[in-house]
Amino acid sequence: MSIISMILVVIVAFLAGMESVLDQFEFHQPLVACTLIGLVTGNLEAGVILGGTLQMIALGWANIGAAVAPDAAFASVASAIILVQGGQGVAGVNTAIAVAIPLAVAGLFLTMVCRTLSIPVVHFMDAAAEKGNIRMLEMWHIIGVCIQGARVAIPSACLLVIPSDIVSGFLNSMPAWLTDGMTIGGGMVVAVGYAMVINMMATKEVWPFFALGFAIAAISELTLIALGVIGVSFALIYLTLSESGGSSSGGNTGDPLGDILNDY
Amino acid sequence: MAEKITLSKKDRRSVAIRSQLLQGSWNYERMQNGGWCYALVPAIKKLYPKKDDQIAALKRHMEFFNTHPYVAAPIVGVTLALEEERANGAPVDDAAIQGVKVGMMGPLAGVGDPVFWFTARPILGALGASLAMAGNIMGPILFFVLWNVLRFAFIYYTQEFGYKAGTAITKDLSGGLLGKVTKGASILGMFVLGALVNRWVSVTFTPVVSEVTLSEGAYIDWSSLPEGAEGIHQALSQYASGLSLDPTSVTTLQDNLDTLIPGFAGLLLTLLCCWLLKKNVSPIVIIVALFVIGIVFHVIGLM
Repeated sequence: MSIISMILVVIVAFLAGMESVLDQFEFHQPLVACTLIGLVTGNLEAGVILGGTLQMIALGWANIGAAVAPDAAFASVASAIILVQGGQGVAGVNTAIAVAIPLAVAGLFLTMVCRTLSIPVVHFMDAAAEKGNIRMLEMWHIIGVCIQGARVAIPSACLLVIPSDIVSGFLNSMPAWLTDGMTIGGGMVVAVGYAMVINMMATKEVWPFFALGFAIAAISELTLIALGVIGVSFALIYLTLSESGGSSSGGNTGDPLGDILNDY
Repeated sequence: MAEKITLSKKDRRSVAIRSQLLQGSWNYERMQNGGWCYALVPAIKKLYPKKDDQIAALKRHMEFFNTHPYVAAPIVGVTLALEEERANGAPVDDAAIQGVKVGMMGPLAGVGDPVFWFTARPILGALGASLAMAGNIMGPILFFVLWNVLRFAFIYYTQEFGYKAGTAITKDLSGGLLGKVTKGASILGMFVLGALVNRWVSVTFTPVVSEVTLSEGAYIDWSSLPEGAEGIHQALSQYASGLSLDPTSVTTLQDNLDTLIPGFAGLLLTLLCCWLLKKNVSPIVIIVALFVIGIVFHVIGLM
C-alpha cells in the first residue's frame, strides 16, 4: 500500500472515530466507512460489499442514553483494512466480517475508556468558563472530539504497519469449515440487531404491523422502497383512524410517550 | 436597556452548525454538557458583552445535559429565546433555563431514539446496504447523502421552530403531536423490521429430507440429446418446459420450511434474540454464540 493510501486510511479512521461519538455525519456506519477505506486503497467494490454486509448486522446498534452500543466505527475500519491487506478481494468479505465482531467489542471497551477520559476534559472546560476564557473552552471541547478520533485512528495505523503477507497468511491458514461456518453464523447474527430494535419499539399496539411486514416481504417482487411506501401508508391510516374513532373510547390510554419515559 | 439585543439569523445558523459537535466531549459525569456549552458560545458572546455575564452564562450551560443529539436542536432554540429575553432584562432566572433544558431533554430523547436510531437509520441503512451487497456504489452514496440532508434540515428547522415558539414549545410537549410522531414511527419501524427479518436473516438448513427418483420423461435424458449446439438448444428448451436436470429430485429441510412460511426460521431466531435480550443477556454474548452455532452446525452438516 502506498504512503498516500495509508495516510488517507488513517484520516478515514479518524473521521469514523469522531463520528462514533458525535453520531451526525455517520462516517462510522460500516456502509460509509468500509466504502471509503475501499476507495482510498483501490478496493472499492470489495469495500462496498463489506460495508453493505456489515451494515445489515449493525442496523440496530445505537447509543441510547448513557448506554454505548458495540462499536461500528472500529469494527468497520479495522475489518476493511484486514480485507485490503489480506488481498483476497471480494472473496475475503466473509472472513473480514467474522473478524469484525470481536473488533466491535474491543472498540466498545475503548470508547468507554475515552468517555471516562473526557471527564477531566470537561473539568478543564469548567476552569476555562470560570475565567471566561472562551477560546480555551472551545479548544478543550475539540480535544475531546480528537481523543475519540485517535481511538480508532491509532489502532488502525498499527494494523497498517503489520506486513500484508502476515495478514493474508493468517487468513489463508483458516480452514474452510471455519470460514464457511462463520459465514453461516454471520447470516444469523443480523437477527440480534433487529431484536434490539424490536425490543425498543414493540408494544401490543404495533406488533400486528410487524406480522404484516413479515408476511408481505415474502412477495419477492416488492422492493424495499415499495415496502417503505406500504409501511408509511399503514402508519398514516392507523393514526387517522385512531383519531377519528378513538375519541369516544378514550384513545389516549396507550400514551406511547409515557411508556417510553417509563422505560428510560 | 437602550436597545434590544437580538440573535440574528447568522448567529442562529452558527449555533446550529456548532451543535453538530454536541457529543464531542461526551463524558460519564455530565454527558453532553461540554458540547452544549460549545454550541451556545456564539449566542453567549453576542448577548452578553460584559465578561462577568459571559462567565455566568458559560457556567450555567456547563450543567448536566443529555438527550438525543438531533432533537437537542429544538431545546437549543428555546434556550436561545430564553437567553435573549434574559439578556434584555426579562426576569428569567437560572432555574427557569435549567428547568426548560431538563424538562425537554427526557421526552424529546424518547422521540428521537425511535424515530432516528430505530426507524430512519435502519431503513436508510438497509436500503443502502441491499444495494451495496451487490457491489453497487450507489448504496453508500444514497445513504450518506439522504441521511445528512434529512439530518441537517431537521436540526436547523427545529432549532428555528424552538427559537420562534420560545417557551410555548414546552406546553406543546404534553399535547398530542409528539405522541403521534412516536407512534407513527413505531408502526413504520415495526413494519419494515418484519420485512427485514424475512428478507435478511438467513438461516438455511441443508439436511436432505427426501430423494425421489423421477420417472422417465420427467428429467432431461442427456444421453439421447444430439451433439453440439443443437443439443444445448434442446436441453434448454426441455428445462424451460419444466423437466428436471437430474434424474433424482432432492428436497432439503429448508425447501419444506419455505413452502410453509418463507423465512420462518429467521423469525423464530429473531424472537428468540428478543427474549434473550429481555432477560438481560448481553448482545455480544448472543452474537458470539450464534457464530459458534454456525460453525458447529456447519461442521455436523446441519447448515
